[in-house]
Amino acid sequence: MAEKVIQIEIKRQSGPDAPATWEKFEIPWKPGMNVISVMREIAANPVNANGQDTTPIVYDSNCLEEICGSCAMVINGKARMACSALVDKLEQPIRVQPLTKFPVVRDLSVDRSVLFENLKAVKAWVPVDGTYDLGSGPRVFPQQQEAAYPLSNCISCCCCMEVCPQFNDATGFVGAATIAQVKLFNSHPTGKVLKEERLRALAGDGGVQECGFAQNCVQVCPKQLPLTEAISDVTRDVTLQVAKDFLRA
Amino acid sequence: MAAPKIIVVGGGLAGLAAVIKIAEAGGNVDLFSIVPVKRSHSVCAQGGINAAKNLKGEGDTTWKHFDDTIYGGDFLANQTPVKAMCEAAPGIIDLLDRMGVPFNRTPEGLLDFRRFGGTLYHRTAFAGATTGQQLLYALDEQVRRYEAEGRVRKFEGWEFLSAVLDTEGVARGICAMDLRTMELTTFPADAIIIATGGIGAIFGKSTNSVVCTGSAQSALYQQGAWYANGEFIQVHPTSIPGEDKLRLMSESARGEGGRVWVPRTPGDKRDARSIPETERWYFLEEWYPKYGNLVPRDVATRAIHKVVYEHGLGIDGQPMVYLDLTHIDRATLNRKLEGILEIYEKFVGDDPRDVPMKIFPGMHYTMGGLWVDFNQMTNIPGVFAAGEAEYQYHGANRLGANSLVSCIFGGFVSGPNAMAYAKSLKAAQGDGGHAQELARQRELNQQLLSSKGKENPFRIWRELGETMTKNVTVIRHNKNIAETEAKIVELMERYRNIDLSDRSQWANTSFAFTRQLWNMLQISRVVAQGARLRDESRGAHYKPDFPERNDEKFLKTTKASFDAAANEPRFSFEDVDIQHIPPRPRRYDAAS
Repeated sequence: MAEKVIQIEIKRQSGPDAPATWEKFEIPWKPGMNVISVMREIAANPVNANGQDTTPIVYDSNCLEEICGSCAMVINGKARMACSALVDKLEQPIRVQPLTKFPVVRDLSVDRSVLFENLKAVKAWVPVDGTYDLGSGPRVFPQQQEAAYPLSNCISCCCCMEVCPQFNDATGFVGAATIAQVKLFNSHPTGKVLKEERLRALAGDGGVQECGFAQNCVQVCPKQLPLTEAISDVTRDVTLQVAKDFLRA
Repeated sequence: MAAPKIIVVGGGLAGLAAVIKIAEAGGNVDLFSIVPVKRSHSVCAQGGINAAKNLKGEGDTTWKHFDDTIYGGDFLANQTPVKAMCEAAPGIIDLLDRMGVPFNRTPEGLLDFRRFGGTLYHRTAFAGATTGQQLLYALDEQVRRYEAEGRVRKFEGWEFLSAVLDTEGVARGICAMDLRTMELTTFPADAIIIATGGIGAIFGKSTNSVVCTGSAQSALYQQGAWYANGEFIQVHPTSIPGEDKLRLMSESARGEGGRVWVPRTPGDKRDARSIPETERWYFLEEWYPKYGNLVPRDVATRAIHKVVYEHGLGIDGQPMVYLDLTHIDRATLNRKLEGILEIYEKFVGDDPRDVPMKIFPGMHYTMGGLWVDFNQMTNIPGVFAAGEAEYQYHGANRLGANSLVSCIFGGFVSGPNAMAYAKSLKAAQGDGGHAQELARQRELNQQLLSSKGKENPFRIWRELGETMTKNVTVIRHNKNIAETEAKIVELMERYRNIDLSDRSQWANTSFAFTRQLWNMLQISRVVAQGARLRDESRGAHYKPDFPERNDEKFLKTTKASFDAAANEPRFSFEDVDIQHIPPRPRRYDAAS
């Protein structure tokens, strides 16, 4: 009896400036495989579907539990995490390519440091006085915690930016993930001390005004963050802030 | 005098905690991490973080936390640092709360606490079932703040290869590899802190992340650092078996009332929900009436093994048992456990709110690690260690929700101690050993690149994982361990005949992996041989041929040092600090 095989095609690129090519593989099927385990099989036996020796696939991964945010890629046309992409639920040949809105490092590995820079620009932190013992934190009622917690689940995978039509060099849009973090920190009893600075950072070019309400972000988010709600809340706050600043001036 | 320069390697909770303390004290930090620090393995911790805040009117105290930790660790942990950790824990929770961690709350707006294994108190603060993620993000945000102020430089996408040691064996910096350009560079520092986590990868499949290879600890061990209690490996009772890894099903599932059971009839084919109560065996509740499903992990793991392999009662004849939450209402489950239930749903395809989960023990935590003194410094002057990478807080078995607190506490202790050390450090002779170390590491790279053998590194790794899991996890027999030791030696021989299918010098992940693999093989030997030498049963280390704890011979820390000439470990044993709590028998089945 013929062994069951998985057909997979992977877009490969040996470096940032190298041309991209598609390479096909046929990998023995095992129950419960995800896209990561297929790539591990390739690494253990780096031969493509034509029987030619090749190199292991380069990709980002770490936790394999969809919580570290590393392994985002485009699988069968959809931006998603490779660890939770189960082979048995995917149409074959499975087509895998790197995220398209970020510079390719090699194969499926891309540079997403722009998000971390954005988080710096909006001061996405609670400015505590210090780490010495200053007693307990502010009281937070369960209702507030339940509103904040979903926003705090963002894994920085950048899928929301990948699918956003407005996230591109022309607009310089920061994207949904950053805006959601602004909402999170602006709602924290201590974090909101920086609220005005965060809103001003989102006021100009590349800020909330760039959002085109395509709503792709909220559909693609693997952690189901309430992204569109966050964008509209923050947009409202930015508008108020701009008006206030205008009147003050 | 210029501000001291400290290098921190690893950007999980321990590393970030150290960075924050150093930056706060005016030091300058270079932070090295293979992955962007926000993607570190701490993100995977689920259930919570322990501190005796006593907010449930139970009379909990830091002493009881200390006693539970020492007892849970079967008296192998040095008591003084553990006592200090338990005393610091309530303050650490307050700090995290102030940093904005979205901990679950009581109706009055106070921190909520749940129960965890190995204690009878509600001592575990939690943020849904993604506590590690929330804690890591809080520290990551504080570090980003210092980064924006210029106090911290991040080197993400760099791998630590070795310490730079001067002619007197004092640390003067590190050698690291840029994982894009593959270039090697040495970086000067007055002290370094190793916070590189656990060593799960030597078992092939574990609950650990991909980067948890133990490579950094092993490299230091090969440079002369002692490695302590390597044989103590925690196998978590409830993981979800997978093709690529074992995914953790948090202890919080049991903390919130989850029950472990098997059908009383071997090979029962019925749907789990249709099996009546009288035909289910809640074996943990029957064997351990006081702690029930919340016995410590080593106890639960052995019980599951026994039910599956001795009683032959695994579900459908497979090595699996049920972990059942279906008696708890959906709203409560969603509020307290949603994160982990989603993992099960996503990776298995069943909704654990409706169907009992199928779980089995899986390698989870490294109790052993780099030997450190009470100031968190290894025996190499200037090299500190914190978090799972060192050995000091959990003895022979770690209690659930103690890891997060030990990581942050270890970081908080090592940071200021590294600063104090750095301030009194004398200037190095010559270049402090930088040129020599760089040359040594370049030579190692060159050897690999020019190797023209037949062995695939990923297949060697697979074989290593298989033999380690088979013989050096839950049940240990000396004969089988010896077999694994021989296998590791064989794999080391084969490693010398490696074939790199990718020799390019740009973002070559398989090259970086192959370098880690050698270090994995070395540390595996330490784990296996340490297990063979310890002829007793204590905590997670269980030998049927020596079923009792033997304090007279083995109430000792195992210390492995590397004999470079023989290319193998040498072992010695060190007395344990038991000045606060006299050792007593560890019995969770009896009223104690």
